[in-house]
Amino acid sequence: MAKEYKTLMTEIRLPYEISYGATWTRFFEGMAEKKIYGTKCGRCNRVLVPARSFCPRCFVDTTDWVEAGQQGTLTAWSYVSYRYFGMPTEPPFISALLRLDGTDVDFLHMMGGFDMSDFEQTRKIVKNGMKLRAVWKDERQGHILDIKYFEPA
Amino acid sequence: MGRAVGIIGVGQTHHGRRTEMSYPDLVREAVVRVFDDAGLTPADIDGVVSGTMPSMMEGIALTHFYFADAMQAVGKPILKTETCGSTGVSIAQTAYYWVASGMADCVLAVGHEKMNEGNAQATMTTVVEPFYQRYFIAGAPGVFSMQSQMWADRYGIPEDKIRDAAAYISVTHHDSAFDNPYAHVKLRVSMDDVKNARLITYPVRLLDVCPTSDGACALIFASEEFIRKIGKKAAWVKGVGYRGEEYFFGDSDKGVWQSAVQSAKQAYDQAGITNPRKELDVAEVYNPFTFQEMLFYECFGFCGFGESPDLVLKGIFNRKGELPCDPSGGVLCTNPIGATGLIRVAETVLQVMGKAGDHQIPGAKLALSHAMGGVDQFNGVMIVGSEL
Repeated sequence: MAKEYKTLMTEIRLPYEISYGATWTRFFEGMAEKKIYGTKCGRCNRVLVPARSFCPRCFVDTTDWVEAGQQGTLTAWSYVSYRYFGMPTEPPFISALLRLDGTDVDFLHMMGGFDMSDFEQTRKIVKNGMKLRAVWKDERQGHILDIKYFEPA
Repeated sequence: MGRAVGIIGVGQTHHGRRTEMSYPDLVREAVVRVFDDAGLTPADIDGVVSGTMPSMMEGIALTHFYFADAMQAVGKPILKTETCGSTGVSIAQTAYYWVASGMADCVLAVGHEKMNEGNAQATMTTVVEPFYQRYFIAGAPGVFSMQSQMWADRYGIPEDKIRDAAAYISVTHHDSAFDNPYAHVKLRVSMDDVKNARLITYPVRLLDVCPTSDGACALIFASEEFIRKIGKKAAWVKGVGYRGEEYFFGDSDKGVWQSAVQSAKQAYDQAGITNPRKELDVAEVYNPFTFQEMLFYECFGFCGFGESPDLVLKGIFNRKGELPCDPSGGVLCTNPIGATGLIRVAETVLQVMGKAGDHQIPGAKLALSHAMGGVDQFNGVMIVGSEL
């Protein structure tokens, strides 16, 4: 019989304190007030959400703050039904990419507000192009999960 | 060597505790400045190289993806180079090889670190395998202090003398940082302050050791043809060297550090330098620890082994000396690790272009930059000159 060799079970823990900076601080202050803020590029006129300090295409500072719509259109989704170590969101859930009204890029969040325990039932409800609207937590902390999810509008 | 390569732009952030800014915005501060300095736009760039210290320092894996916007890398080939403390020199060498090979004409090199967001020594500990050595390494100060102790003992350097010389280095570098607008720590210290500072890892005390800095640095490397076409002044790369050693700390001699000796020799051979102390006008030696800086002087042939403390105390390596070392204040005053080695290169570029401002060494034409990385494992050297 082959000899079994040892393995070492270990874990690495490291602390971080990561700066939001001015633009993202303001974005999350908006979340606490149930507002989704984007910023507008003065050169290409795109509204970017979440808010950006500069336009990634034009490389100039964004010029204006714009409140994005609370509603949007689903552009891509997946039903998540597996787990991994340290997973930050409890499955099952639906990862959702949506185009919020009045913006020019897609915003990543999740869908909810209906029973999604059964995938086959869920897939009958979820369609690209469907309208979604933000559902907010009552207690908000300036966090991306202040929006509980986007539900069918 | 491949075809001729010059450096035509330098951008640095104001290094320090930059908690007011997000990490991508900090990177962009250096990138905006390098484009301003070079008079170029992102459209002129063929490829981007970036780097940090060990990824776990960042709390975000693959920072070259995170900073693709800030570095204007979208639609271009992008590489990340990660060699711990020597990352900055490795970034510069990667950009150099890319242009020297003829595969790119103009490459943006960016180094960055937000040290205040993570924990440097906890991260350094993860560089070490978990079976044998991790329990004893005590972060960077631990291993580099052991190296200094071995070196001092090897050459019988009296403790008082090496302590005085290290304190002298601390005092002069801290003074120099006042003349560098981008430096982090600006503090007047006396010899007694250094000698009486809190003990960190014997023989290193608090004022013998670099700070925790946030910062980024960006350089633009270009081919001779590209530089001629746009009619820009350049700092020309005259030589590069990089050497590593065995992984286990005890497998190689730290008292005469062969990777430092050999990486400098490789660069000197390419640059045609036979007497570095005479021929070099300025050096930016990677010096997170005062004691270790002296070992590098010796490994780089600036003087014989065991001789550096005497020469330091005679002022040979200060800003008015025969070979000024770290007139920027060096790593001792500014250490955003992934950027630090590239800042060494940047400072030599500024020196040979006559653009170093208040810490300019008059008439500097040939300059050495250096960084080291890992658990006493790697050294990299780059030499730039004002003439092709």
